[in-house]
Formats: sequence, C-alpha cells, structure tokens
Amino acid sequence: MATISQSSRRLRADANAEIVPTPRAQSVIELIGNTPLLEITRLTEGLLRPGVRIFAKLEGFNPGGSVKDRPARKMIEIGLARGELRPGKVILDSTSGNTGIALAMVGAALGYPVELVMAANVSRERKKVIEAFGAKPIYSDPLEGSDGAIRLCRKLIEADPGRYFKPDQYNNEANPLAHFETTGPEIWRQTGGAVTHFVAGIGTSGTVMGAGRFLKSRNPGVKVIAVEPDDPMHGLEGLKHMASSIVPGIYREAELDDKIPVSTEDAYEMVYALGQFEGLLVGQSSGAAMVAALKIARSLREGAVVTVFCDFGDKYLSTNLWIGWQEWRREHLQRLIRKWNVSASATT
Amino acid sequence: MPIKVRVPTPLRRFTAGVDEVVADGDSIKRVLEDLERRHPGIRERLLDDSGELRRFVNVYLNGEDIRFLNQLESKVKDGDDISIVPAIAGGR
Repeated sequence: MATISQSSRRLRADANAEIVPTPRAQSVIELIGNTPLLEITRLTEGLLRPGVRIFAKLEGFNPGGSVKDRPARKMIEIGLARGELRPGKVILDSTSGNTGIALAMVGAALGYPVELVMAANVSRERKKVIEAFGAKPIYSDPLEGSDGAIRLCRKLIEADPGRYFKPDQYNNEANPLAHFETTGPEIWRQTGGAVTHFVAGIGTSGTVMGAGRFLKSRNPGVKVIAVEPDDPMHGLEGLKHMASSIVPGIYREAELDDKIPVSTEDAYEMVYALGQFEGLLVGQSSGAAMVAALKIARSLREGAVVTVFCDFGDKYLSTNLWIGWQEWRREHLQRLIRKWNVSASATT
Repeated sequence: MPIKVRVPTPLRRFTAGVDEVVADGDSIKRVLEDLERRHPGIRERLLDDSGELRRFVNVYLNGEDIRFLNQLESKVKDGDDISIVPAIAGGR
C-alpha cells in the first residue's frame, strides 16, 4: 500500500498557507518575486515512487515575465545605494533577453535609460519587449553568441567608461544575493522546509548559486543540482554549456552536488508535454529543468524536488522551439491512442 | 567549386578554431557532407539521425534561411555564402 511520507504531509499542509498576494503596490518593482510553486502531477503520474514529488517555481509570474526580475532589481538597488548608478548615467549590459527585459523594466520604472547588447539572433519577441520599455538594443554578431555580446559590451564601456553603469550579471554578487534573499526563502517556506533537491539551469548561475546557498544554509542535506546543455552547440536559450563558455565570476562549481546535461531535443519535447499535460506553456530552459528534475526524482525513494521554470513560453513562439511540433504531436497522439486502446477513428 | 561556410563559435572545435572554412557541393546537403569529410564530427551537431537539420540549427544561404528555400536540397553555386547559426545566443 502506498503511504504518504512524513515530508509529504508536512509539505501539503504548509504549501496552502504561504502564498499571500501583494495587496497594493506603487511600482512594478514591488511586485517582483513571491511567485507560486506548482506541483507537477499529471506529467509525472505513474513515473515516481509515492513519497517523491516535483515542484516548479513559476518565475513567469514576475512582472517582467521571468526570474531575471529578481537579480535586475537587486543589482540596480545596490548600484544606487553605492552611488555607482546616479542621474545622468546609462544602464548598459550584455544579455540574450530576459535580463535585458528585466533591466529595461526596472530602468523604465525608475526613470533611467537602458542600453542592451545582445546577439542578433535572440527571439524577435524579446527585442520588441525591450524596445517597448524604451530601452535601446545594440546587436552583436549572431555567430559569436552571448560571448560576442559580452565582448562588444566591454568595448563600449572602454570607449566611454564614465557614461555607463554596468550591472554585470555574470560577475555581480548581487545576482546570487537576490536569489539568496528571495527565491531560496520562498522555496523554503512554500515547501515547509521539506525540499530535498534543488534543480536549476545555469545561465549566469545566479539562481542555482544563490537559492542553493540559502537552502543549504537551512538544511545542509539539500542537494543542489545544476542543469546545462549537453553540448556547446545547443538550442537552449538562456542556458550555458560551462566547459565551452566564458565562466561567470559568480559561478562556484564546488558548491554544486551535481550537474545534469540535457539535450536540446529532450528539453523541447518536455516543453510540448508540459503544455499538453499540465496546461503550462514555458520556455525551453524550463523544459530542460523539468527533464533534469524528473531524472533526479525517478532515482529517489522519497523527496521533494524543486525546480525553477524561468519564464513562460509566449516569447518563444516564433523560435525554433516549435519547429517539429506537429510531427511530435502526431507521434505522441499515436502513443496515447495505443495506451488507451481506442481506435484512431474515434479520436478524429 | 569551393563554397564559403561561416562557422559559429561552438563548432570551431572541429575547424581548429577557424571561423570560416570552404567546402564543395552543389546543394546544402552536399556541402555539409563535404564539411564532415574535412572536419569530422561536425555533421551530427547539425543533422539528426534521419539526416534532417536539427531543430535548433539555422543555415543561411546568402542570408536566406534554408527552411524558407528548398531545405537541405537548396542549390548552391560558386561564390555562394553559407552561415551556420545556432538558434540561440546562450547566457541569460
């Protein structure tokens, strides 16, 4: 007979009590964080042992639409407090999108101009959103990827160092600090301290470092696991293949318990499955996170695996993520039809 | 009939770090086959098991996405310019 574990009972009781909506705010900046935690149940049905559960932190609920609102706010807050950002300065950084959107949003809300260097092949929707917030995009060579954007950004600053404030998400400790102060504590509260594994993708590594550090400070037994693309040549926007990239200054590999490589194809198919089984449209990095979370969860006898879905999927609808979707859907439906033992004609 | 092929950073480990190489062929498919002969290992990064272009790989022929041309069968002639571009930029 399946039994509900101690940790699961604790978790269910606490999970319902914690999410309190912000009653009123005077700036979108105040609405950052406090995102919901969703248990993934339909997709995992029959795949996990009874005492094992998977939860996803839905960062798409942030006002800028992604997890990046958190570090953007923190980096700018600390920049202002130290006087590095002050009237007359321009916020400039290199970003493939979500951080750019977040910086543009926070900059607009505070009245600071924002300029963003990004590889020209980031998705069209992202470019538009950034422009909608009044920020200026500067494009770098798409063949050089995010490293090309980092290098171009350095050049711009060298040419006129006094003009800019560079949040520098790859090397600014305010980035992991944002997650240490918000994402980590939220997960701790939302799981009633029952979290056993924290699984998050690495882009700058801010989320996995900061939230992981907090969770380990509360319970040293929590395993912190990073998710990365399985090859330097990949299609997981937002994630970095560490061994072949400029390693972020905030990254401390020694603090990780494990690193799980995920293929682009598996991550894309997980995005499709999350849409169909959970009613959740997310981006490709969330697909990768879920693939890794499921892999970990399936190896456990008991535990609460928490992962982070960095954003929702609307801004990727025009991207390669959805190439091959129709074929997947047909194949997938065939599998379902066989499983449910109904005739093909009954479903059309 | 050498065709110029621009190679993105993540694939330069197959081209000794070079960002632009040459390959022969009268279609994208043939050019990619020749590219594999010259730089072994590059093919499986571009094509899946059934020989189709992997979803996250974009190939541009003179600036046009081959998915909007004749896919891998798109004809290539002397002096054409091919770029291989991953669908994403990496980093957040």
